[in-house]
Amino acid sequence: MADKTLTINGQVVQAQEGQTLLQAAREAGFPIPTLCHLEGLSDPGSCRVCMVEQTGSSRLLPACTTRVSDHLVIETNSKRVREERRKVVELLFAERNHVCAVCVACGHCELQDLAIEVGMDHVRFDYDHPDCKIDLSHHLYGIDHNRCVLCTRCVRACDEVEGAHTWDVAGWGKETRVVTDHGQPWGNSETCTSCGKCVQACPTAAIFIKGMTVAESRKHPAEIGFLVKSREHLHCQD
Amino acid sequence: MAQRILIDPVTRIEGHAKITVHLDDNGAVSDARFHVVEFRGFEKFCEGRPFWEMPAMTGRVCGICPVSHLLASAKTGDAIMAVAIPPAAEQLRRMMNLGQIIQSHALSFFHLSGPDLFLGFDSEPSQRNVFGLMAQDPDLARKGIRLRQFGQEVIEILGGRKIHPSWAVPGGVREGLSNSGRERIRAWLPEAKATTLEGLSRFKGLLDRHKLELDSFGNFPSLFMSLVGDDGGWEHYGGHLKFVDSNGQTLAERIEPKDYRTYIGESVEHDSYLKSPYYKPLGFEAGLYRVGPLARLNVCSHMPTPAANQELAEYRERFQRTAHTAFLYHYARLIEILCGIETIEQIIDDPVLDSHLIRAEAGVNSLEGVGVSEAPRGTLFHHYKVDEQGLLTWVNLIIATGQNNLAMNRTMLQIARQFIKDPRNIPEGALNRLEAGIRAYDPCLSCSTHALGQMPLIIQCVAANGEILHEIQR
Repeated sequence: MADKTLTINGQVVQAQEGQTLLQAAREAGFPIPTLCHLEGLSDPGSCRVCMVEQTGSSRLLPACTTRVSDHLVIETNSKRVREERRKVVELLFAERNHVCAVCVACGHCELQDLAIEVGMDHVRFDYDHPDCKIDLSHHLYGIDHNRCVLCTRCVRACDEVEGAHTWDVAGWGKETRVVTDHGQPWGNSETCTSCGKCVQACPTAAIFIKGMTVAESRKHPAEIGFLVKSREHLHCQD
Repeated sequence: MAQRILIDPVTRIEGHAKITVHLDDNGAVSDARFHVVEFRGFEKFCEGRPFWEMPAMTGRVCGICPVSHLLASAKTGDAIMAVAIPPAAEQLRRMMNLGQIIQSHALSFFHLSGPDLFLGFDSEPSQRNVFGLMAQDPDLARKGIRLRQFGQEVIEILGGRKIHPSWAVPGGVREGLSNSGRERIRAWLPEAKATTLEGLSRFKGLLDRHKLELDSFGNFPSLFMSLVGDDGGWEHYGGHLKFVDSNGQTLAERIEPKDYRTYIGESVEHDSYLKSPYYKPLGFEAGLYRVGPLARLNVCSHMPTPAANQELAEYRERFQRTAHTAFLYHYARLIEILCGIETIEQIIDDPVLDSHLIRAEAGVNSLEGVGVSEAPRGTLFHHYKVDEQGLLTWVNLIIATGQNNLAMNRTMLQIARQFIKDPRNIPEGALNRLEAGIRAYDPCLSCSTHALGQMPLIIQCVAANGEILHEIQR
């Protein structure tokens, strides 16, 4: 594959054709925060946390879905980028009911880590306080829509890795929810294999193991990427 | 012309409150009221959450006594799961509750009420705080602060943090006690005990100096309620509920916590966010009962540890079998600290603590649960109903302070009548005594002690037509 040459944060970087800006930047030692991105899964580019600035363009680009090309000049940590990222994270907090102090994922939550990383010392938007439900009908796991950020990592892990496609997205706008089996209670799902990949993929405690108490939920999202890589390795051997 | 004296806010208590004193046309005190002016709403907004989140969530009710809510809520969860928790978990929970009682009582006695007791109710207001106490008696103040620290360390060693540990859970506890933690607690016990004994000795020496307060701070007959052990002794975690009357006669005993509503009614008053529970069989007025250290010592037959039991005997020698004056809450607190330290001395050597079985696991086996424990300020009730999946459909909390609400009102009236003679010339010490009457109960109205000493105190004499006749500002 041909190399592409671009500039990231003033440094000339060589990247392989087909790589994303996120991959190129990270390989060059420039961290970019992400939320909906998870190694091993496809990228919808929906959370807008990884936005970067392209010199000469008024539009910000999602680093996880933008492919590298020659002559791109990218800033991953400019003032504008930092402000936009913080705004995105603030809006995620304002949209649902995230209460870190009494959350089972407190201390082990990607959204909480992100808030710290972007310097979110307070939220400047009015909280929406939606009336969200909790579904505990599954015998092992629960889904708490109060804590869901609609990253769809559960949907993709279930479809692309487990092949069950139990999870999907339903509704519009503020009413959008991840659902199981077209909106059936999770416990009634005939497609769910109870594998737990959605639990591990979920960056917050929206999907959790029942009985977990505050700050007890520790996820292992890297397991998804490990699983996918292991399969690729097996296919190569075949 | 009828007048009203307002003390707002009340200082050196936990939370926000005010006091009003009503005067009749002749300027005599006709009524006095204690109002809690903050609203929390936990009973309502916890609905819909899984019950296993409740210990840590309700722990957030309070920054001073989160452990009390943690334990009452975990016990409620045990009841919903219908499990008996492992013996090691019960001992560890007991130890944490004692740590909580010790630290909270030390805070009340040394930091909040110590300035009144040791510097005097009429001492200079600008010095009448814990810093003034440090200036006058640095050794005592330091020891008091260290005693509170000991209680907090017990909580931290067990739960990982001093405030809001998420450690007790339905079914048991999350972590056992480490060997190093065990040794740290063991090493600190002698110092804690010595400070408590010194505090007791110093307090007894003050009783003559504060004779007037002893006689007028909520000195009236009332009912008393607390948990007691199976043998009738002092209890703080298990056992059953018992009510006694003002003469110490048993009204009801061996009450299972789940049956509390048969005996306790809950009333709401128009001028306070605090509920006013009462002993149901006698009705709202006659059913006034008190909880907390004074009540626990009145209700129990004995203290379960030797030195505390000896102190109880001396206390009863001085004030009869059933003590009535709220001023003795301070004395009772010190005896309870001593009992707590002695009990930790016993638990720390219990081999059951070595067990790795500390958490029972189960789902929903009962759709309703009640959990009761003794908080520093008195008996705490958590009562939840859940659906079959474990989501809360109904929550009822009866906080210790609420149960003393009717008694605190009556205490205000008694102190106001004793110390306010001329509404146009109210000595500052009289106002402080009104506040100190509340402090004796150590009410915990919300979450923190952010009111150490210097909050503004405004007293207004307001005519019936709303005209402010007289105003004093500290």
